[in-house]
Parts: sequence; C-alpha cells; structure tokens
Amino acid sequence: MATILLEMKNITKRFPGVKALDNVNLQVEEGEIHALVGENGAGKSTLMNVLSGIYPHGSYEGEILYQNEECKFGEIRDSERKGIVIIHQELALVPYMTIGENMFLGNEQGSVARINWEDTYRKSNELLQTVGLRESSRTLIKDIGVGKQQLVEIAKALAKNVKLLILDEPTASLNEADSRKLLDLLLQFKKEGLTSIIISHKLNEISYVADKITILRDGATIETLNNKTDVIGEERIIRGMVGRTMTDRFPKREDIQIKETSLEVKNWTVFHPTYSGRKVVDNVSLHIRKGEVVGIAGLMGAGRTELALSIFGKSFGENITGTLLLHGKEAKLNNSRQAIDKGLVYITEDRKGDGLVLTNPIRVNTTLAKMEKVSHHGVIDKQAEMTAANDYAQRLRTKCTSTEQMVGNLSGGNQQKVLISKWMFADPEIMILDEPTRGIDVGAKYEIYCIINQLVKDGKSILMISSELPELLGMCDRIYIMNESKMVGEVSREEATQELIMGQILKTSKGA
Amino acid sequence: MDKAKEILKKNTMIFALIIVTIFFAWQTGGTLLVPQNVTNLISQNGYVVILATGMLLCILTGGNIDLSIGSVVALVGALAGTLIVNKGMNIWVSIIICLVVGLIIGAIHGYWIAYLRIPAFIVTLAGMLLWRGVALMILNGMTISSFPSHYLNLFNSYVPDVFAGQMNILSLVIGILICIIYIIVQFVSRMNRKKKGYQVETLFAFVIKIIILSAVVIALSYSLASHKGIPFILIILAVIVSIYAYFTTRTVPGRYLYAMGGNEKAAKLSGINTNKVLFFAYLNMGFLSAVAALVCVARFNSAAPTAGTNYELDAIGACYIGGASAYGGIGTVPGVVIGAIFMGVLNNGMSIMGVDNNMQKVVKGTVLLAAVTFDVLSKKRSKTA
Repeated sequence: MATILLEMKNITKRFPGVKALDNVNLQVEEGEIHALVGENGAGKSTLMNVLSGIYPHGSYEGEILYQNEECKFGEIRDSERKGIVIIHQELALVPYMTIGENMFLGNEQGSVARINWEDTYRKSNELLQTVGLRESSRTLIKDIGVGKQQLVEIAKALAKNVKLLILDEPTASLNEADSRKLLDLLLQFKKEGLTSIIISHKLNEISYVADKITILRDGATIETLNNKTDVIGEERIIRGMVGRTMTDRFPKREDIQIKETSLEVKNWTVFHPTYSGRKVVDNVSLHIRKGEVVGIAGLMGAGRTELALSIFGKSFGENITGTLLLHGKEAKLNNSRQAIDKGLVYITEDRKGDGLVLTNPIRVNTTLAKMEKVSHHGVIDKQAEMTAANDYAQRLRTKCTSTEQMVGNLSGGNQQKVLISKWMFADPEIMILDEPTRGIDVGAKYEIYCIINQLVKDGKSILMISSELPELLGMCDRIYIMNESKMVGEVSREEATQELIMGQILKTSKGA
Repeated sequence: MDKAKEILKKNTMIFALIIVTIFFAWQTGGTLLVPQNVTNLISQNGYVVILATGMLLCILTGGNIDLSIGSVVALVGALAGTLIVNKGMNIWVSIIICLVVGLIIGAIHGYWIAYLRIPAFIVTLAGMLLWRGVALMILNGMTISSFPSHYLNLFNSYVPDVFAGQMNILSLVIGILICIIYIIVQFVSRMNRKKKGYQVETLFAFVIKIIILSAVVIALSYSLASHKGIPFILIILAVIVSIYAYFTTRTVPGRYLYAMGGNEKAAKLSGINTNKVLFFAYLNMGFLSAVAALVCVARFNSAAPTAGTNYELDAIGACYIGGASAYGGIGTVPGVVIGAIFMGVLNNGMSIMGVDNNMQKVVKGTVLLAAVTFDVLSKKRSKTA
C-alpha cells in the first residue's frame, strides 16, 4: 500500500450563520490524482482553502496531517513552503507582466536588492518546456490565451517545488483540446511522482484522470470511490452528489391559479462586454406566467446571471439581440430605470457587492429603487419613508434594533430580507431572484421561501436562479436548465429530479 | 458609561474642537475669543466653508476630490476684477457672469469625469494647471485692486445697528430670534414624532442638546454684537450651509450622492443614473468655487494671480477632519463646517501665538493625518465588532 501524503481529519469550518464544512475527512495517497466533486456550495473550495492556509489555523476545527506531520498553516506561504500549491479557478496572473515575471512573482530570483533576470528567464523557459508551452517567457500574459495561461500557472507551481498540486476547476474555461492537453500533462506528472487534487464538474474528465474520487455534499464527505478497482459510472457519481433526502424544508404553497404570460424572452443573445465575440447568452428563449415560480438551474458560469442582468434593462453585456415581451407587448428596456418602471426587477446574487449600500441604514436601502414613492418634487418625506421601512421590516420579519440600523451590521439572512424589501417596495410584477438564499442559514431560507410563496399568491411572477437543486425542485413550477450559455432543457415540477437535471447539464458540457 | 462613550464617539470632532478652542483661548490669554477676533475668524474662513461644502459632494460620490478649485477661484476672481474694476460693469451683471463661468468650468470637469470616466484626480489636476494659466493670462501677471465700495459692502459690511447703542442690539435680537425659532421647530417635530409613535431621544438629552446649541448661538451673537454686529458674510454662509444641509439629507438627488458613494453598482441597479449624479457634483463644485472667488476678492479687495493657492487642500482637509470618508458615501455638511472651523481655529490660534509659519504647516499636516487615521481605524473596529 502506498504511503499517505495528506490526511485531513474532522475538518469543520464555520462562517457567520452557516457551517461550510462539517467533519470532513480526506485522505490522499502519494502519487495519485484525487478528484473532489460536489455541487456548487458543497464545500470543495472551502476545504482546499483550509488546506492551503487561506483560512488560517485556528479559524477551523480539525487536524491536517501532511507527510505525517501536523500542519498549522497561518498563511499561504506556509503551505507553499511545504510544497502544497493551489491554482484557483480565477487565474492569479498579472496581465501586463511577462510570463517569467509572473512565474517568479513573490519568489524572485537573485537578491532583494537586485533581481537576476537572466536566471528568471532561463528557469522560466525550462519550466515552460516541461509543461509543453511553446512561448517565450518574455511574452506578456495578456497576449496569450486562457489555455496557455493555465499552463503558466502550473509552471509557476512547479517553480515552487510543488509536491501536492491543487487545481480548482482547471478546465472550466478551456476548450476540449486544451482540456485534454492539461489532463494528459497531469497524468505525465503523476508518473514522475507528483500528487494532485483536482476539483471539477466534468465527470468524464474525472473518470479519465482520477485514481480516487471523494464526493462532498452540503459540507460533509459522503464517500470516496476508487476509480482503479471499481468501475464507476457517471450515474453513480451524480447520485452521490445530489442524493439527499428531501424533507419539509420547503413551505407548502396553496394552489395558485397560473394565469397569462407576463414575461417572454425570445432568441436572446448577449455578448461579453470586454471579450467581444464571446457569447455569454446564446439564443435563449423563456417565458413566465403570473403566479408562477420558474427556476433556472445550471452550474456557475452557465450564463444565468448574465441572462438575468441583460433582461433587466441591459445591465450587462453588449450587442444584445432578441425580443422581450412584457404582458404580450414588445418592450425595449435600455436601462435599469426603465425596467423598474415597467415592473421588472432583478435581485442580485451578491447582496453586499451590488445589492445594498452597507453604510446606509435599513430605511434608506428600502426605498432606494423607488424614491418617488416617498418624496414630493424631489424632497424626501422622512416620516413616510420610515413608515414604509418599518412596514417591510415587520412583514418580512427582519431582525433589527430599528430601521435606522446600518445594513452592514446585519446578518446575511437579514440583509437578504432588506434586499428583498427594497425590491418589493418598487412594486414589481416580475421579480428575478438570483441565488436568493446563498450563504444564509436554514431558518432564514425557510422564511425567504415563505416570502416567495406570498409573492406569487399576490399574482407576481418569479424567476429564480439557484445553484441548489433541491431548492429549485422544492419551489418551482417549472425549471429551465442552462449550460454553457445555452438553454439545454425545460422540465415541469412533476418530472423534475436532481439526477435528471444534473445529468442534462453534464451531458451537454463541452467535455462530454 | 456606555452612553457617555457613545456620545463621545458620535461627536468626537465637536469635542476635539472644544478642546482646541479652550487650549488656544488659554494660550493666547483669551485673545482668541475676543469679539474682534471672532469676527475675524468668520471672515477669514468663509471661503473654506463654501469650498468644503462643494468638496463634500464630490467626496461623497466615492472619494473623488477636486484639485482645481484654487485655480478656479483665481480665474473667477480675475474675471470679476476685470469686469468690475477695469471695465466698470454693473456689479450684478458681473456677478452673474462669474457664476456662469464657474458653472461652465464645473460642467467641463463633470463631463470628463462622469461621462468619459477619466479619474477625477487627473481631470482636476489638469484643471488646476489650466485655469491657473488662464487666470494669469487675464491678469497679465498683475494684481487688480480697489473694488468699488458698493461691491465690497455686499460681503464685508455688518448688520446695521438700528438702535444705536454701545452694542449692535439688532444682531443680538437676531441671535435670540434664531434660538427661539430653533427651539419651537425642535419641540414641534418632537411632538409630531411622538404622536406618530416614532422613537425620540430622552427628554434630558433633548433639552441638553437645545440648551447647548442655543447657548452657542447667543454667545456668538453677543460676541459679534459687541464688536460691529453680525457680518453679512456669516449670513451668506448660513444660507449656503442650510441649503446644502437640506439638500444632502432631505432630497432625492442628495440621497443618490450617498448611495453612489456607498455602493455604485447597487445604485446603478436601483435605477440611479450615476453618471448624472457625478456630473452634478462637479458642476456644483464649479459654481461654489465661483461663489468663493467673489467672497475672496471682496475680502482682499483685490484679484491677484496667486489667489486661491492651496485652497483645494484646505477644503479637502476640512472634509476629512469633519468626518467625511475618503472612500465616499459618508459625511455631513455640519461635520464639514466643524472641520472648517477646526482648521480655522488652528490657523488663527497659532498665528496669534506667533507660532512659526513652517511649524504651523507641520501641526496642520499632523492633525489631518490623525483625523483620517481615526476615521479609518474606528470603522475597522465597528466592522469586526
């Protein structure tokens, strides 16, 4: 039996309001490729951040044994010194520096007072050869493609004398040929004794390279499968990823009559604003009716948020083409103001980043999207504003000392309620909710679901984007499935299962 | 104890101002607070209050500053001198022309900053060089002096003494009237809030607040009355400060300034045209720079090519000392006024004490750094708490 290189024992990591990891165990043998799979939010990245010291020792519970030594990493440098290198999904390269400068960034050759550029570029070129990248190390990062940048990251890891390489979704933004090249490179390094952990959603790739597969779900380890001894089908992995029991985590919705179509989008195509030519939404059509909750399932980066933002007054993307019909009539919404005035609102997935003004009190946040309701000729009626804010805080049961409390001081769940209040206050007909329960605890989630039920009862239409399949299954009347910028399926509440949806996504992934 | 701490934390700059005032009053043997010096303090620092109010709006939009205002003050001052003194134009027409020129300069800055999205620092740095050059060209390097008295009187005269006594009784009466109106308004709004069931502060705190503020107003008007009376410039300042205090706290466009500075993405998604908000802030800055220029030429009775040098730094300093956040979204007009007075007392006090001019700069720099450090650290603490 091979020696164990890494063992993570009973790792528990808490964030305010949520347990991201709950007694997770992971064993990695020397010289193997170990795959880590799970849904979005299952805790894969969190686990790797614990391992690499991004979350320092003391901020989590449990033990990390590496080469039979207990490790207490305070920062990334500590883990890198031991040869553990993590390559994140979003590449950490400086675009206006050369490949060589990037590879030795933070690890400069020569002395502090004088960088030895000769050495830097010579070593860089050697390492580039090892990873099979035919570029001069003096080329600027911005001038090479994403696939090559990924190889530079790996070369950079090699420069640090890597023993355990962690790759977080390395092929997410690569095309088929580049992905295959990368995976073959990993297999070749394996022969030379390198151990790697790979996080991926593409199951065919995992079956291709992985020796062992550990499945995470809801912050807990479910099982570790051995790819060498057992024949593992994709079905088997999917079942492990999603197979949770559905209890009454979702409030019952009274029978609501679904009426006429309120929003319809036809042949909607959106291009990326900076990478022109890249389609982020590709010929998508969908419709929602009054009194209906419609979900959009998909993996991160499938283009769901981009779709929603582009519908919401073209708040994202360029060269948007397609037809948008509101209540059967074609509508041109050129900015968010026009969308709000027509009763279409978008509730962001990133409440802190682009939803709320954290330095302002609840009252101010509540009324921001529709100030004309509490002002006359531009002068704010503070009393009316307070009444409105208090009213929503009561209806949504927002826990706060008063509506004068700064939003930044509230818990995630209560911030989310303020965000929903803000958009309910704008009197919408159609609400697009993007990840409405991300990062909030189970109790608050239940309350948000109740609010959604109340909204559709009042005749609103809800379009819900979520990465949590059970949530979509529990809440939606219909679910659209989106993958890699395209709509790849639509299922009704009756026929929807997690296996069906996950299967559809994975089947249509480019790698397959 | 906690309550005292909270009051102290909320009003740090007021307490700091009181301490600094007492310190200088003691060090100067009371000279700082003699009526003549109080009048001096007001006319010396009028321009800082006006410029800092405008600067606050820029800073609120996201920590954007305007470096050009000193040069704009020089340019508009030069224009005023040329029109009023050299051309002998009607002063009201001249004033309107000066204000319009200020608006045009503000619009140019605003267009570049808000619509072309060139960083404010760069645009206004360019403006700083550019407008100074234009001012020098207009003045041909010379100083224009001796403005007509009917122009100077607009800014430099005092509330007339109708009762003709030892004191300017009218000034005292005005002070007392302001207090009475203030007290009535406070009580009525308190009763209204109570009736509607809103939270109100305790009666004790409420009364104390009113007593302190009234005492300050009456003491100030008494002091001014025993010199020459309330200066007109103080009335101009009061009007400007009131308008902008109202604008920032009670109007929708004012609210948008805070929202944009607090989180521009959220503001945009809430249907706010953030470009327009940013444009307005700089348009307004141009306007207030022109107002400050008119005040300055009256005070110095001249339009000099070097006028307005470093005024931008005084204004920015007043904002930060007054509690505006260097990242935007936080700051109040009353805070900025306190910041401006603080700087004024510091300058004036050190001058009376005869502190070396170079040393004065050292002290001012240290105070500014301390104020902003305090602001950043206290915010960090409240975040982790």
